[in-house]
Amino acid sequence: MTDLQKSWVLHLGIIALLFVLQFILPAYHHGSLARVMVLTCYAMGYNILFGYTGLLSLGHALFFAAGMYGLSLSIAHLDWNAGPALLAGLAAGFAMALVIGMLLLRTAGVAFMIVTLMFAQAGYLTVLYFGEWTRGDEGFVIQQDLRRIAGYDLSDPTNRYFAALLLMAACIIITLRVVQTGFGRVLVAIRENEERTRMLGYDIQRHKLAAILLSGTMSAAAGAAYGLLFGYAGATFASVQYSIFPLLWVLLGGAGTVLGPFIGTLFMFYLIDLSSELTTAYMLIAGLVLVALTLFAPQGLVGELRRRTMRWLP
Amino acid sequence: MTLLSTRQLSRHFGGLKAVETVDFDLPAGQVRALIGPNGAGKTTFVGMLSGRIPASNGRVFFDGRDITAEPAHRRIRAGMAYTFQITSVYGRLPVTENVALAVRWRAGGDEAQTSRRVMEALDRVGIADRADQLAGDLSYGHQRLLEIAMGLSQEPRLLILDEPTQGLADSEIADFIALIRGLAGEMTILLIEHNINVVMQTADAITVLNSGQVLAEGTPDEIRANAAVQAAYLGTG
Ligand SMILES: Nc1ncnc2c1ncn2[C@@H]1O[C@H](COP(=O)(O)OP(=O)(O)OP(=O)(O)O)[C@@H](O)[C@H]1O
Ligand SMILES: [Mg+2]
Repeated sequence: MTDLQKSWVLHLGIIALLFVLQFILPAYHHGSLARVMVLTCYAMGYNILFGYTGLLSLGHALFFAAGMYGLSLSIAHLDWNAGPALLAGLAAGFAMALVIGMLLLRTAGVAFMIVTLMFAQAGYLTVLYFGEWTRGDEGFVIQQDLRRIAGYDLSDPTNRYFAALLLMAACIIITLRVVQTGFGRVLVAIRENEERTRMLGYDIQRHKLAAILLSGTMSAAAGAAYGLLFGYAGATFASVQYSIFPLLWVLLGGAGTVLGPFIGTLFMFYLIDLSSELTTAYMLIAGLVLVALTLFAPQGLVGELRRRTMRWLP
Repeated sequence: MTLLSTRQLSRHFGGLKAVETVDFDLPAGQVRALIGPNGAGKTTFVGMLSGRIPASNGRVFFDGRDITAEPAHRRIRAGMAYTFQITSVYGRLPVTENVALAVRWRAGGDEAQTSRRVMEALDRVGIADRADQLAGDLSYGHQRLLEIAMGLSQEPRLLILDEPTQGLADSEIADFIALIRGLAGEMTILLIEHNINVVMQTADAITVLNSGQVLAEGTPDEIRANAAVQAAYLGTG
């Protein structure tokens, strides 16, 4: 098998495995996994920009929240159906990525981080400011009977799991395609050596903008799906915390690997879940494990796997 | 036919005139050496040709077109290739991918054609047997050769090399001279070089830069005989 075939087999195999798992898993883990899969899409969006292009954003919650509010506000206040509302969420994320992408291209390095952080903070404050519609921190619930697409009730656990898997499969396939094509190779080249890449004839700004658009839209898709599948939108999802999460997930799982975001999100979710069963000081346990991981697997779990044995992992 | 020329090209860093009102003409097909003492402005000059460094003043023409305002990536796509004075390869990527990045868009995304051209270029500089290594694992000399391969693989009309033999072993320098002689006729070459032996064996013509200005220009023999050049450069260098 060529490396290309191996990577398709592995990734499609994991999607198939997750499909089968839903029939075996107990209800609790079934629900958890659906949540992890949606959050994985957020991490995968983040990974396009951070892992592959080498741009560290501290404000991705802006895109996640744009997707979430694009969907939930159009359902709650415009009486839109879930399908068009989902598209509204994607469009909101894309538009946000476009505006911010244009501004961001004028900055580099630390300035990029600070600008993303500030914009996300502005987004968070905007959500609070329009509390009349968004209900701020308290948030609002999306009625169960409004969470339907093509007749499927997405509040139903089986449908929800399936929708989450579908979305994650789409994100995996998109990411795989991106990293296999010239476009993705150029993103990696920009990450590795921007000046050299420019002097090989590539328009750096255009590639970075495209990466931000893809990253922002994917993150927004995750935000919209989260609102739709779990029926709630609140300002927490626009907060700094939600900008830091994808960074952690991606670092843990392996920046610049296709599966890293999934493994990282899954790992962290269960780490917090299990340690909080053991003790109320669960953040301490989680923190220690994270420190150990960054010491012993600095490239993340999947990154370490790639370094040690599976050189071909995309 | 003139492939590249500059008029009154200048670059100032604060009060420092790194390059000052340089008029330069490079005929197509020529191998031109650009020499001069350290800090003469050679790297700054070729940086303005390739678009890496914006000019403070003056104009650059490539193939009859005024490209002064064009960004670097467009100039590269118009047929320039540039290698850095300080080796600049993708250390964490395989040798093949380093070159593939240089040719992929030229091959229209055709991977088979890309890898064929990659191997040709690696073969030409003599490091085809290193194709599967990471570029960062190559010896310093091989990294320089890799960078030259990245330039060659683009099949440029103008190849700009900034001190390509710096840090190479004697045998590698001999190979490099042979390589440049083999390329003469295929492409126009602008070569910044401190090793006068390399210059004399490869260049059709030499331009001497000193304190940002053209001190002399001519055939290797003329330059060798030029008293001003000897005083400024050859004698002390
Ligand atoms: N970015 C910069 N900022 C300030 N001064 C600079 C900059 N780049 C170059 N210089 C100065 O401009 C002058 C010309 O530098 P340049 O690198 O072009 O010389 P060079 O001829 O390539 O020298 P060398 O043979 O050492 O490579 C030097 O005095 C250098 O210190
Ligand atoms: Mg120099």
